[in-house]
Amino acid sequence: MKRIDAIIKPFKVDDVKEALNRAGVSGMTVTEVKGYGRQKGHKEMYRGAEYFADFVSKAMVTVVVEEEVVAAVVEAIVTAARTGNIGDGKIFVGDVERVIRIRTGETGKDAL
Amino acid sequence: MITKFKQVLYAVAALLVGLPATAFAQEDTLSAGDTAWMITATALVLMMTIPGLALFYAGMVRSKNVLSVLMQCFAITSMVTVLWVVAGYSIAFGGGNDWWGGLSRAFLADMGVDTLSGTIPESVFMTFQMTFAIITPALIVGAFAERMKFSAMLLFMGAWLLIVYAPICHWVWGGGWLGNKGILDFAGGTVVHINAGIAGLVCALVLGKRKGFPETPMPPHHLGYTVVGASLLWVGWFGFNAGSELAADGTAGMALAVTQIATATAALAWMFGEWVFHGKPSVLGIASGAVAGLVAITPASGTAGPMGALVIGAAAGFFCYLAATKVKRALGYDDSLDVFGVHAVGGIIGAMLTGVFAAESLGGAGLGVEEGGIGAQLVVQAIGVSATVIYTGIMSLILLKVIDMIVGLRVTPEQETEGLDITLHDERGYNL
Repeated sequence: MKRIDAIIKPFKVDDVKEALNRAGVSGMTVTEVKGYGRQKGHKEMYRGAEYFADFVSKAMVTVVVEEEVVAAVVEAIVTAARTGNIGDGKIFVGDVERVIRIRTGETGKDAL
Repeated sequence: MITKFKQVLYAVAALLVGLPATAFAQEDTLSAGDTAWMITATALVLMMTIPGLALFYAGMVRSKNVLSVLMQCFAITSMVTVLWVVAGYSIAFGGGNDWWGGLSRAFLADMGVDTLSGTIPESVFMTFQMTFAIITPALIVGAFAERMKFSAMLLFMGAWLLIVYAPICHWVWGGGWLGNKGILDFAGGTVVHINAGIAGLVCALVLGKRKGFPETPMPPHHLGYTVVGASLLWVGWFGFNAGSELAADGTAGMALAVTQIATATAALAWMFGEWVFHGKPSVLGIASGAVAGLVAITPASGTAGPMGALVIGAAAGFFCYLAATKVKRALGYDDSLDVFGVHAVGGIIGAMLTGVFAAESLGGAGLGVEEGGIGAQLVVQAIGVSATVIYTGIMSLILLKVIDMIVGLRVTPEQETEGLDITLHDERGYNL
């Protein structure tokens, strides 16, 4: 099983959600995060004091799926989240050791 | 030839005509209209502190310190109330000499239900003046925000009220030497704003800069509060200025009008200043401009006419903008919420222009000095400004040094980093 963390622009969350549903992924976790890469922050000014807010607000969509569907899921996320402008985000794919469904105690594939 | 009968008739007629005249030449009686207005004005001025000023400041500090500001304003309101009735009112308005009103009216001696002050109950006059005594120390809070010990703050404000505010109040309004010189300070340009503004600067310099200032960004955490606070200040200020007439009459009406005019003009002046020099107008700017205008029109509200108000507002908005942004940045002191930049600078501009626009030739109600024209009035205004600056500057410094020795003024660096709400009050402003 693999964990896919997709850091995307916040307004793309709904599009990514729809795309994941169409790709057969029925559950996900969304977190509000801040960060920066090549997209710089923005300037703010309060009574003459200028601040550079480096961190930009993003959303992180996390799903855990079986290895066989990773490529299709990543493709779905990329297509939905891309705008072509700097700041579109990144996707990280990693291993997941174990998955447990709390209500029933099922593990592994049955818990996804 | 006049007969004896006609002589007597004429004498009786003269007496009857004279009687009503003598009947009216007596002391003031209670005016229901004046009293109703002054009770209302008192409520409006109290609202300026809680929650007007409290929210104005609270929105500008970081979220970890939001409660500390609200706590300071509320505590000052409560403490000053008690100290005012115990001694403050007497020191300010108890008669006395040119410098000190004395303690003959301590504990509000000789004030009963029917005691009058002019055409209003003295209880109302006393409470109205109390609300001014409340807001003046509360203004200073902005200068030392986010780093002062609560105990030190209470000690400082309590002593400052009795040793600095009440005497200066006496000098200008309580029958003291500045009032006798003919100074024009209708609602407190010197007594309230220059006083608090200079004391604020002294506090900022003595306490020192906030940890991380100016490299670390410390943007306002909730400008929504600040705008709500500024709006409450604007509306409440009608009580502050128009109420200072102590009557419901034409002067109060004009004070209402010039207050509105100067405030709006100043708001625009700051907004346009920012637009030109920085590139964009801001909501913190327009709100600050409005406050600057309110400050500057305060001493002039009983004497300036509408056109004078336009000039006073424009000057205050523009120069306070420069003081709070460019000058502060250039000199490097951490007057966190611009108490000096808005209240001292705005107060001085207002106090001096009051001397100009009181002149009847400029639409005013008349100068305070008997002779010498605007020039002589400006001299008196300058004396008042200087006396206030010097007295409050020196006394505030002494009080701070003494209190520093007793309890210490500043919180520890760790407390400052974690935030005053949790470290001084065991509370969190936001439990979302």
